[in-house]
Amino acid sequence: MRRGTLVALAAALALAGCGGSSDAKPTITVSAASSLKRAFEACAATLPGEDVRFSFAGSDELAAQIRQGARPDLYAAANTKLPQQLASAGLLDRPVAFAGNRLVLAVPAGSRIAALDELARPGTKVVIGEPGVPVGSYTRDVLARLPAAQRKAILANVRSQEPDVLGVVGKLAHGAADAGFLYATDVVAAGSRLRAAELPARLAPHVDYGIGIVKGSNHEAQAQAFVDSLTRGRCRQAMHRAGFEPPPG
Amino acid sequence: MRRLFGVAVVAALAVALAFLALPVAALFVDVGPGELLDSLDDQASLDALALSLEVTAIALAIIVVVGTPVAWGLATRRFRGRAVVVTVLELPLVLPPAVAGIALLAAFGPDGLLGDALDSAGVQLVFQTAGVVIALVFVASPFYLRQAQAAFEALDPALLEASRTLGAGEGRTFARVACPVAFPSLLAGAALAWGRALGEFGATLIFAGSLQGVTQTAPLAIFAGFATDFAGALALSVVLVAVSAAILLGIRLVARARPAL
Repeated sequence: MRRGTLVALAAALALAGCGGSSDAKPTITVSAASSLKRAFEACAATLPGEDVRFSFAGSDELAAQIRQGARPDLYAAANTKLPQQLASAGLLDRPVAFAGNRLVLAVPAGSRIAALDELARPGTKVVIGEPGVPVGSYTRDVLARLPAAQRKAILANVRSQEPDVLGVVGKLAHGAADAGFLYATDVVAAGSRLRAAELPARLAPHVDYGIGIVKGSNHEAQAQAFVDSLTRGRCRQAMHRAGFEPPPG
Repeated sequence: MRRLFGVAVVAALAVALAFLALPVAALFVDVGPGELLDSLDDQASLDALALSLEVTAIALAIIVVVGTPVAWGLATRRFRGRAVVVTVLELPLVLPPAVAGIALLAAFGPDGLLGDALDSAGVQLVFQTAGVVIALVFVASPFYLRQAQAAFEALDPALLEASRTLGAGEGRTFARVACPVAFPSLLAGAALAWGRALGEFGATLIFAGSLQGVTQTAPLAIFAGFATDFAGALALSVVLVAVSAAILLGIRLVARARPAL
């Protein structure tokens, strides 16, 4: 039981926000990737049968919390790898892909940067996600497909590795950085502050979002209803409006 | 009745001790010596620790050099609006660190109030080690200012009066009498500010970013490692706790060795 105390602490942390649920409507807790914030909040407002409480952060941080004993009802990540890993570890039930997204080059609204090769120019300030967070891992996939010299020049311009997409959005929106890699939906959510430049199709990675019910959830039915509404029900429209694509297949 | 209160005090002390010590003890229980050594072999952890020591030392030097005369001024002068000034100086104490980070961006960021002025002066703070120092000074200085001001206010007026009668000006009184006498309290304030700076996370991440060797201090490296390398993050936490405890203990011993006059 080396991890016993930490498990207990992490669980207490996760549950600390769960008090005060009314008997009439069950409350489910959803740990979701930061890039889902806009869409999921809009979605929760349309659900009649349940109250939804969110914990948004980098998908990798949320997965680590679950591995350390946190027990939300649902876990939604910006890739399908992390949900699958949790499922293999016996912590998540039947993860499914529920949405697609695109990685784009994001710049402040007034920026003149339009293409990837401009990021290699000396002095350009680039922000990317940490290697562990999905957006950072997709970014590295893109960079890996570039010629070595260009990749090195861009990496040399990286000024910060942010824990999630919101960190990248913040640095760009405040004019602190010149360019970053984000999901198309993040740029939509940022409104007029950011602009997206599409990546060439041969570079663009497949971005699929996975969701699963956390083992031991006390609200399995409500959690399943939330998942269903994402692809078939009321939340589909909220997802579409936020710029998400339908899941693959 | 009196005995009952005594029991209550002891019980409260036991609860406080258990509550505050348990999480720290849990860290040490969870990390084996092997993991500890492995983490010290990790370049990112080493860079983060070295950077943390560097930026907290610089920040503390700035806080003490600028803050001590400020605290003296506030302790010895009565003027209109003094309460407002003291409140403003203490405000970072109650600001959430994320708010502090955004406030620093709004002031010193490229789009901030002083953005153009700093840019034309060739000063860059965001994404730079200097930016981390700025963030630390911002969040940690009130801890020192409060303590130093209280220390100067608690000085025996007769002592300062004696210094003046013997012909010393205010500067000399401050440097030769007030500071040496208040030294243990000033040291305690410095220790508090240093501890706050060492643990700083939110303002640093938002204002300065996170890049190994440049802006990624130990708390940022621990947060990054929580998801990807839990054992490493835990080990780095233990090292940080040990280093902090050693420095706090050292300061306490120095303060005891130099009792007030």
